[in-house]
Amino acid sequence: MAGTHPPGAASRPGRGAAARSGHPAGTGAAERDSAGGWLLRFDRVERVVHWLNASLFALLVLTGAALYLTPLQSLIGRRELVETVHVYAGMALPLPVLAALSGSWGRGLRADLARINRWSAEDRRWLRSGGRGGARRGTGVRWRLGKFNPGQKLNAAFSAGAGLVMLGTGCLLRWYRPFPLDWRVGATFVHNWLALLFVVVVAGHVILAVSDRDAMGSMLTGRIDVSWAATHAPAWLDEEVGTGAPARERSR
Amino acid sequence: MLGMLALGAAGVVVGPSLEQGVSAALEPLQGSGLTGVLPGGGGFIEYTVVAGFPAAGRDYRLRVDGLVGAPASFSLDDLEAMPAVHLDRTFQCVTGWSVPDVHWVGVRLSDLVERTRPEPTGTVLHFTSFDGVYTETLTRSQAEQTGALVAYRMLGAPLTRGHGGPVRLYVPEMFGYKSIKWLSSITVTDRVEPGYWERNGYPVDAWIDGHPPTTAS
Repeated sequence: MAGTHPPGAASRPGRGAAARSGHPAGTGAAERDSAGGWLLRFDRVERVVHWLNASLFALLVLTGAALYLTPLQSLIGRRELVETVHVYAGMALPLPVLAALSGSWGRGLRADLARINRWSAEDRRWLRSGGRGGARRGTGVRWRLGKFNPGQKLNAAFSAGAGLVMLGTGCLLRWYRPFPLDWRVGATFVHNWLALLFVVVVAGHVILAVSDRDAMGSMLTGRIDVSWAATHAPAWLDEEVGTGAPARERSR
Repeated sequence: MLGMLALGAAGVVVGPSLEQGVSAALEPLQGSGLTGVLPGGGGFIEYTVVAGFPAAGRDYRLRVDGLVGAPASFSLDDLEAMPAVHLDRTFQCVTGWSVPDVHWVGVRLSDLVERTRPEPTGTVLHFTSFDGVYTETLTRSQAEQTGALVAYRMLGAPLTRGHGGPVRLYVPEMFGYKSIKWLSSITVTDRVEPGYWERNGYPVDAWIDGHPPTTAS
């Protein structure tokens, strides 16, 4: 990347490398304050898991649409093949997360899952206000949000639950024999409507990601500017730079 | 997340009744194109196991052969000239969706087979589709018992290509996969050979209720 990462910061192991002057050149500098430097927002394992999830989800949406929408059936057909791909992709979807959580390499993911599951008083206030005022500067209202904002926390809870429901109803439909017809009708109902809702929610996630290049870039490179964190996740910035005195000195 | 799980489980249980409500709620949208996309709109999802929907030639004929005294083949005109049977039934897909009150017109399958004078040992019917892949099977007594149709009209119009036109099977009381589309031949045989989806795990006896109806339909 364009950022110049001072040698001192690299010596700090794992997440939370805060650097003094590693300001990536030429990326919307007007937005930035003079703090400079960057934080590791997502480690390599988290990024790999994210993009594997995204690929499998896209495959599920495409094959699901081909199975479900008659115009696509008329174009693509091959129901058995498409169904097999859909079923395997669905069953594979939990694997990247499970693999990441199963070893020491998943430290970053585990820490972030703990964060995304924890609701601060500030989170609840932010949510009660309808998420307005946000973390945008200049509004006079500065929320002290952590690494993940309440919207992301809700999204994570929804996605985890919805994913398991999709997996459960999908398995029921694939191995339907032991179940009465009413269950299958119910499973189809849930699977189809939840799929639609899931696609809408993920589309929202993608739209928000695309509208914040820095945030999306951090899912590619892992890095986020300290100035971004100061704006959007000040409590996280404190957490990262406030734990070790040397880091704070370096970044402020 | 637990909330989502609970909702999902509840949805499976109450889904069937919810679905009726949703179908009713979507009723005003009929014909807007939206109902084709939204789940539970009470519409068909047209399946095909080959690439796309196959098309019949202008010289379409339905062949009936095998253990019969007089093998024959029928054009669409031939079928339409025979006594027509009308049925209104719910179409139930094995994957859980259904379409209520579908109007079918066709020739009684057992009557059509009878015309070719089947031999006493010929107790089973084997069906093929001109998609070149799909097959199905039905015993002759099941054909009789269900009142299965060789259908050429559906929902008040000639069978569309997507629905298996010009001629398909419609088997009441059984899941939709029995009702083979793009029907091209009926062969009378003496033993059951599982059809396309049945080789992939679906039951050969595709009774929706899990058993034959107690009263003849």
